[in-house]
Amino acid sequence: MSILGLYNYWVVVALMMAGLYIMIARYNLIKKIIGLGVFQTSIFYLYITMGKVHGGTAPILAEGYPLYSNPLPHVLILTAIVVGVATTAVALALIVRIYEEYDTIEEDELKSIELAEQES
Amino acid sequence: MKLYVRQRHRVLQVVTKLIIPFVLLFALYVQFHGDYGPGGGFQAGVLFASAFILHGLIFGLQRTRSVLTPSLLRVLMALGVLIYLGTGIVTMLLGHNLLDYAALAANPKTGQHWGIFAVELGVGVTVTAVMVSLFYSFASKRL
Amino acid sequence: MDIAQQLPALVIVLPMLAAPLCVLIRHSALCWALSVFTSLLTFLSAFGLFNQVRADGVIRYAIGGWAAPTGIEYYVDMANASMLLLVSFISLIVLLYAYESVKKSVVKAKHYLFYAAWMLCLTGLLGITITGDAFNVFVFLEISSLSMYMLIAFGSNRRALTASFRYLIMGSIGASFILIGIGFLYAATGTLNMADMAGRIPDAEAQRAVLVAFSFLTIGLMIKSAVFPLHGWLANAYQYAPVAVTAFLAGTATKVSLYVLLRFFFSIFGTEYSFGYMLLNVVLLPAAIVSFILLSLVAIFQSDLKRMLAYSSVAQVGYIVAAFCLATEQGLTAGIVHIFNHGIIKTALFMSVGCMLFRLGHTHRNSLDNLISTMPFTVVAFIISGLGLIGVPLTVGFVSKFTLIGAAMEKGWWLVGALVLLSSLFAVIYIGRVIEIMLFRKVRVNEPAPVGMKEAPLSMLVPMYALIGVSIWFGVFGTTTLSVAREAALVLLGGYQ
Repeated sequence: MSILGLYNYWVVVALMMAGLYIMIARYNLIKKIIGLGVFQTSIFYLYITMGKVHGGTAPILAEGYPLYSNPLPHVLILTAIVVGVATTAVALALIVRIYEEYDTIEEDELKSIELAEQES
Repeated sequence: MKLYVRQRHRVLQVVTKLIIPFVLLFALYVQFHGDYGPGGGFQAGVLFASAFILHGLIFGLQRTRSVLTPSLLRVLMALGVLIYLGTGIVTMLLGHNLLDYAALAANPKTGQHWGIFAVELGVGVTVTAVMVSLFYSFASKRL
Repeated sequence: MDIAQQLPALVIVLPMLAAPLCVLIRHSALCWALSVFTSLLTFLSAFGLFNQVRADGVIRYAIGGWAAPTGIEYYVDMANASMLLLVSFISLIVLLYAYESVKKSVVKAKHYLFYAAWMLCLTGLLGITITGDAFNVFVFLEISSLSMYMLIAFGSNRRALTASFRYLIMGSIGASFILIGIGFLYAATGTLNMADMAGRIPDAEAQRAVLVAFSFLTIGLMIKSAVFPLHGWLANAYQYAPVAVTAFLAGTATKVSLYVLLRFFFSIFGTEYSFGYMLLNVVLLPAAIVSFILLSLVAIFQSDLKRMLAYSSVAQVGYIVAAFCLATEQGLTAGIVHIFNHGIIKTALFMSVGCMLFRLGHTHRNSLDNLISTMPFTVVAFIISGLGLIGVPLTVGFVSKFTLIGAAMEKGWWLVGALVLLSSLFAVIYIGRVIEIMLFRKVRVNEPAPVGMKEAPLSMLVPMYALIGVSIWFGVFGTTTLSVAREAALVLLGGYQ
């Protein structure tokens, strides 16, 4: 259990931080959604890596393979992936509508437009 | 313009036409074999939709739309959810808990089999419809 | 089919069934009628469940016939039976009210989508409440959130879109944090069933995974229930959403998240772990106090009524969280009773603001001069529920604030009690100013009298007054709700059976 032995968790951490950083630091709405995608993917990794059993095979019952990975996290993540797809779709639909209304999808420009609107 | 596009993508078009039946067949296999092995409604739905999306990409949205109209998709979307819930309601009417497939046949194992079959069918129909209509709504935007 | 036995499933299945049916029907009025009918049936089911739980104790319902730790189960006790009742009741009342206002503010071709999204949102909210499976909480949370983003984006101002998008970003981060938390809990305990998890946590407490799970869940739930400083998404979302949606969300969405917070901290982790070991109140109590002081102050300076009430909602969430932080039976009772009372009052307030919006087309505070002469019923409704928000005796607000201050005194937190009183004073200011303008300020002479100003339609007034009637009833006979809340608090503190 050395630090490098848990490299899969390091990947999760790196992806998670990258995703969050993109969401916070980028003004472009599409890029924010990309960040959200990376962030969510890191969570999928977390679950999948949790379900892995050392030396285990795919969770299909068969003769001669007594050890298999835990299938439950896979099922959970299948659901979470679908939720992620739905979130992305809703977000993109909103972005399309925002672009139609504002002619921009840059957060800072949107803010300045809204500020100008408020003052007038 | 249309003619030009057609000629230019002749190879792609022929290959696509050859591939699509197999994609659909594979999707159906994944769908209906899902209760025995790896597979099921989600995967099959996406595969099934991918055939239509491929068709749309190669032959143009107009022609795909004339096959799978948006209003049909809307009906399918709702229908899939209704199949899923309908299965649950049938099991409830038969005196078991929601989605307890054992109610569906005399032998609980057969019942489980039928139940999963019906539910996965519902999932598959909805996923296909949602995927294709997502493709439609984003591909038809002129921004 | 034995209906009494199937009630836990029916609560979820009915609204979920109505959503695709709305998509198939596509007729505006029919969809509305179907939604109202479904809400009514759901409310009756929830009422049936509530009575069953009161009579026989906890109900466990195994989905698919798979018994508890293996399968997903619905777990109904006093705490969530009463939440179910609140959510389905508010949905029913607001849907009845929504018909005219939706007709006016949403494009007709999209009405069916609006009601379908509403039904999905209701499914999600009820699902979060009823389920006894931690991962199921996440799934239902996302169902309700996604439909909420959609409902908010239906607002007529284009800023509804950006409000919805910002909520989507914040909401997704919150939900993802909750997902991570549940993942770590699963890693530490090996179960997703909440009752089972509660039983295994004492043995797993030493693991750092539990600590990490706790932190992620805290942040995620704080975002979802809009506790300061993570409340940023709420103001715009409430202001620009269609008013019926705002009324619905204000009464249910944050409340359901607060319920999940209660469930996790008190039933699953246990009071001892959450407050004794993790010192949750060191984080939450300052946040809650800043919430109700600062956000009440912010509310004073808002000139738009919807926005003002949105900030006041964050402040009220602050009271509820502060009450939870007491971590005593009395404190929890105060928190839970305030969840109900605030849900009812805030919904009624938003409904009366919706009536003004319906006739005036805007809700700027400074142009509501002498509104009482044109819309007396709406104004009276605003005043009654406004007094409830402040906490005047004989209103529900008084019942919950009295309990809250009593609980704070009991624990010896005098300062908290005093600060609650102080922020109530701020509420007097922001509500009072609006009332003063509506009652006493004369219409300026040089302005032409507005044309076509009259009282809001009956279909909006009747549901609103029904809700206000309920709030007065619970204000005068406060012991009813208090005894239910006390039972719920005992159940939560007692953990799973």
